[in-house]
Amino acid sequence: MDPVDPVNVDEHLFRRESGRMVAALTRIFGVHNLALAEDVVQDAFLRALEIWKVRGIPENPSAWLMTTAKHRALDVIRRERTARTFAPEMGRLLESEWTTAPIVEEAFAAPAIRDEQLRMMFSCCHPRLPEDVQVALVLNILCGFGASEIAGAFLTGRAAIEKRISRGKKTLASAKRLFDLANADFTPRVSAVRRALYLLFNEGYHGASAESAVRADLCHEAIRLTMLLLEHPPAAMPETHALAALMCLHAARLPARLDPAGDLNPLFDQDRSRWDAGLVAQGLALLERSAAGREMTAYHLEAAIAAAHAGATSVDETDWASIVALYDRLMTVAPSPVVALNRAIAIAQRDGAEQGIEALHAIADRDRLNSYPFYPAALGELELRRGNRATAREHFRAALALARNPMERRSLEKRLRACETTEPRQSRTPSAARR
Amino acid sequence: MSEFVYLFRIGAAAQREAMGTPEHAQQSMRVWRDWMGELEAKGHLKNPGQPLEPTGKTVRGKQKAVTDGPYVEVKDLVAGFTIIEARDLAQAVDLAKGCPILDGQGSVEVRPIMKSAM
Repeated sequence: MDPVDPVNVDEHLFRRESGRMVAALTRIFGVHNLALAEDVVQDAFLRALEIWKVRGIPENPSAWLMTTAKHRALDVIRRERTARTFAPEMGRLLESEWTTAPIVEEAFAAPAIRDEQLRMMFSCCHPRLPEDVQVALVLNILCGFGASEIAGAFLTGRAAIEKRISRGKKTLASAKRLFDLANADFTPRVSAVRRALYLLFNEGYHGASAESAVRADLCHEAIRLTMLLLEHPPAAMPETHALAALMCLHAARLPARLDPAGDLNPLFDQDRSRWDAGLVAQGLALLERSAAGREMTAYHLEAAIAAAHAGATSVDETDWASIVALYDRLMTVAPSPVVALNRAIAIAQRDGAEQGIEALHAIADRDRLNSYPFYPAALGELELRRGNRATAREHFRAALALARNPMERRSLEKRLRACETTEPRQSRTPSAARR
Repeated sequence: MSEFVYLFRIGAAAQREAMGTPEHAQQSMRVWRDWMGELEAKGHLKNPGQPLEPTGKTVRGKQKAVTDGPYVEVKDLVAGFTIIEARDLAQAVDLAKGCPILDGQGSVEVRPIMKSAM
């Protein structure tokens, strides 16, 4: 009686469709009616849930949801036609029964849904909104995550996330219409979109939350939305290709990032045969396409670093000299203490532990790493490699005190134990930041 | 074996609340499908039944007075039904204890279907 096994349906079907349907409905209703669009989607899910749970999942659940949302949209328009104004660009078209149905139909057609998601993405990255609000909006509206789920991924309270979302939605609503992709502000806005997607990806990849499942989801969502951006020719600039490349090349390592016990496995200890070869190939192809422009952006450099790792069969085979050179350039394009930390680790790899420690001490705005466990952890690794166990132990203790989740805690405890028991491993490199 | 009807009762608001985020809704569906699947696998599922719209009309009395309702505000609206087969009422009740509606604010009413002597 069950036509489709629910486990084999896209396990994030509802979440995914939520973003698509909200975007399509907002196009019709107008951004000021975003809440109405969300209600309609909620309603479609409720009906799906009630019917599917007893009758089984239909063969094309996505089409089923779309059809249901379309019917509900027509109901809403008929009922509220006089009381509400819908999207201004729809003009009077929603006033007549003759034009309403085709408009709803059109908004749910595949190419339209793609554009509507893009327009929603650009709308969420409004220059008046801080970046953390933009990211929360993208996650909520386009990726279908609830406030509690976002809070879980960001290790932030639910109330704080709810505040961000409602603040963002207020700004969205004031625009009345979705961002126009032909707008003169397209270029600055697309760079804000890239930045938000980059932050979204990083939150998934390096974030503090211990829930690995949620985090991998964030990475996949960031990749999905970046690919959507690439489908729109004016947005498919070299920079966007570079961003997509760096995401693919990093995501390729996700399967090897946790050891069987669920603990963090630093790059240096990863079983490289578990890297996703498909994603590596895709990342390298994207990186090649990103070379079309003259500009070398931070995305290009980060992707190139990831490519250098992806192309190496082992830590020892890695071209550390090139990686240090790339970090040097990254420090001029987009300097940050975390980049400097990673550069120091690469230097240790190229020149030896002592030089690495020197580079770590030389980080200009080191105090910004005060609560970052991987700074003392890197010092600990290098001291351990030099045979200074007592100093290493102190650094690892300091790192442990800063650990943000059980996963980090366990992996640092392991390093602390290594100071007590084993001979320093010569091949061991600071596990730290490039995980 | 005897037949029983499960009447699933829950308020519309509780139903909405239990649904939560899209991800949660999908999980909830999975849990329901698992429960239904188990009933079926063990040969208890006679008819999966149908879900009901939360609103309708009621016709009452000789005057055939038509009123709105049941109202959406009612806390134990019949949301749907399923027909199962079980050895006896005790077993039917036991099987109902696995129903995911109990994780929200809903209930399952277990009613034996009257047997015909013929």
